[in-house]
Amino acid sequence: MASRVIMPKLTDSMEEGVVVKWRKAERERVESGDVLAEIETDKAVMDLEAFASGTLLKILVPEGTTVPSGALIGVIGDPDEDIRDILAGAQPSAARPSAPRPAPSAVASPEEDTLASPRVRTLAREHGIDLKSVKGSGPGGRIVERDLEPSLPPPTPPPKVGEGKGGGQPTVREVPLSQMRKAIVRMTTQSKAPVPHFYVTIDTDMTEGLRVVEESKRAAVASPISITHLLIAASARALKQHPGLNASFAGETIRIFSNIDIGIAVALEDGLIVPVLRDCGSKTLGQIVEAERILVARARKRELAAEEYSGATFLISNLGKFDVESFSAVILPPAATALAVGSVREAPVVRDGRVEVGHRMMLTLSCDHRVIDGAAAAQFLQTFKHALEHPRDL
Amino acid sequence: MKATYREALNQALKEEMRRDDRVFLIGEDVAYYQGAFKVSKGFLEEFGSRRVVDTPITELGFTGLAIGAAMAGLRPVVEVMTFNFAILAMDQIVNNAAKIRYMSGGQLSVPLVIRGPGSAAHQLGAQHSQSLEAWFCHVPGLKVVAPATPHDAKGLIKSAIRDENPVVFIEAQLLYPMQGEIGDGDYTIPLGVAEVKRPGTDVTLIAYSKMLLVALEAAGKLAQEGIQAEVIDPRTLRPLDLATLATSAKKTGKVVIVEEGWPFAGLGAQIAESLYRRVFDYLDGPIVRVTGRDVPMPYARNLEDAAIPNADQVEAAVHHVLYRT
Repeated sequence: MASRVIMPKLTDSMEEGVVVKWRKAERERVESGDVLAEIETDKAVMDLEAFASGTLLKILVPEGTTVPSGALIGVIGDPDEDIRDILAGAQPSAARPSAPRPAPSAVASPEEDTLASPRVRTLAREHGIDLKSVKGSGPGGRIVERDLEPSLPPPTPPPKVGEGKGGGQPTVREVPLSQMRKAIVRMTTQSKAPVPHFYVTIDTDMTEGLRVVEESKRAAVASPISITHLLIAASARALKQHPGLNASFAGETIRIFSNIDIGIAVALEDGLIVPVLRDCGSKTLGQIVEAERILVARARKRELAAEEYSGATFLISNLGKFDVESFSAVILPPAATALAVGSVREAPVVRDGRVEVGHRMMLTLSCDHRVIDGAAAAQFLQTFKHALEHPRDL
Repeated sequence: MKATYREALNQALKEEMRRDDRVFLIGEDVAYYQGAFKVSKGFLEEFGSRRVVDTPITELGFTGLAIGAAMAGLRPVVEVMTFNFAILAMDQIVNNAAKIRYMSGGQLSVPLVIRGPGSAAHQLGAQHSQSLEAWFCHVPGLKVVAPATPHDAKGLIKSAIRDENPVVFIEAQLLYPMQGEIGDGDYTIPLGVAEVKRPGTDVTLIAYSKMLLVALEAAGKLAQEGIQAEVIDPRTLRPLDLATLATSAKKTGKVVIVEEGWPFAGLGAQIAESLYRRVFDYLDGPIVRVTGRDVPMPYARNLEDAAIPNADQVEAAVHHVLYRT
């Protein structure tokens, strides 16, 4: 009885995987538990083990190819087994993934109107780029490789050639990409290219917020409240009232999440990681403080498991301690938003007709326009601002 | 060690004749005149007239004789004064050398090398300036080699002589005086293996024989404007090392093929077709060929120059495939 080998779903956020390497060849004998292939997820390269013993009758997906989770990538069976039915059944699911997928599904359909080179079509498929949004600069408007360059990871630098001149000083230093850097490259380009970002910025009054933080510090509690905690609590409050932002674009549908899972960008020496604080909607400020402290400490020690840093439905990136007035963050799918937080700064404010010293903080919300429109983002920020400016109600 | 292309061939042939007394050289003016291009300098003195054989002007005859000798167990090297004259021997080459092994069911083989210069030199006229490699590459049963550097010439002629099957070995008159580093002593370079002559990332230039030098010159100029061309010499034209070419084409997505022969049904057309089959999904645009003009070679020097690919044309082709024009 033939057994189907499918692209597994190894993490919550894994929508697709790359067959990096087949460790078995077609017609080769495999035992249950043997490593069949190496699969690259959005986080790491993992081994795919055979669930059945037999002969690897067919490899359907060549090395280096990305396919959606659940797609048939191979068949194991008896050496002379007839697997035509399985293969015939595989065609539709391979061509059109059963689960709705983001942008790539638009790529997979024949682009009647889009003129693009074969290389561009391959790259678009691999990187999930919707060619409809790319303008072609080639003959007759053909999309050629250079038109995709802004959306692609940086190319490998040209090898140094011993050119006649006789070896000058090297002007660049090549640092190999760490696994984390590779993941960042992939996550951010997969976001920035296909996700149409727009940005809404607000300025908030942090006078009361700073007071709460100061009081908490003076009280010398084990886990004092920080601005980040207030941001998480205010975000959760606002998302509860505006569930349309706690959502994800899923190709044919928009997924609205019932849990509010907030990712917090944490800078590490060689990159960053986004640990996820689960179910913030049902947590008190005190619980948030406690949970965030433990989670971030473990993130810094790199103790987190894959599921602890994937699948955020909302993201907070705070560069406040670096004296940054404001910035815009890249959305990391499946989230449809990212909140970029600047520094709290002293600024003159007008209150009751008088100028006084205020404490202001700029926040910029990046939104996926496929899911969220400008007015919805602005309404969310209004609620958020009110919550943040009244921290004692949090 | 430095040597010219001519010296590299001279050394290699000598070393092979010393190594194996079944190897002999036959052709017009190879013995007393020491070869029309002096490749067999010193051969008659060292090996004598039984192994360095002058012939009448009878290409069909002496090629047939050599094929017979090969079938009987010797390992002849036939020098054609130029490959234009090999046209006269085409029946022996195509109908006997390439077929005997197949038609005898493997009972006989033809370990034969046919070597000499192909392509144009300066003002030799339409009949003596032809690049006929595609003719030979068309025939199953023949291997075809066209080295561009002294090092490759030495290593490949040795492999050709040691091969059990007929090998057409195409040199070039304008390459004979070219100098280069060659390996020490008795080395061989396997048939059917291409070499990346200059690594790069932006475009793949495929060129062999004299055109390799043109491609490298163009690559040097292109580097000055920041374009890193990868230059690959197939070295053996049949069997073609498609894997190496495809790897590069896959990397760069842009391919230019340079050949001195005529465009219609030229070897570049075959290389392009093979690449389209292998790496279509990685190409960023059509493969471009830079070829000789589709005319009999003009005698006038200015017209002759205009009929042969040069570095400017290769540069323009690269700009074209990079969509910079």
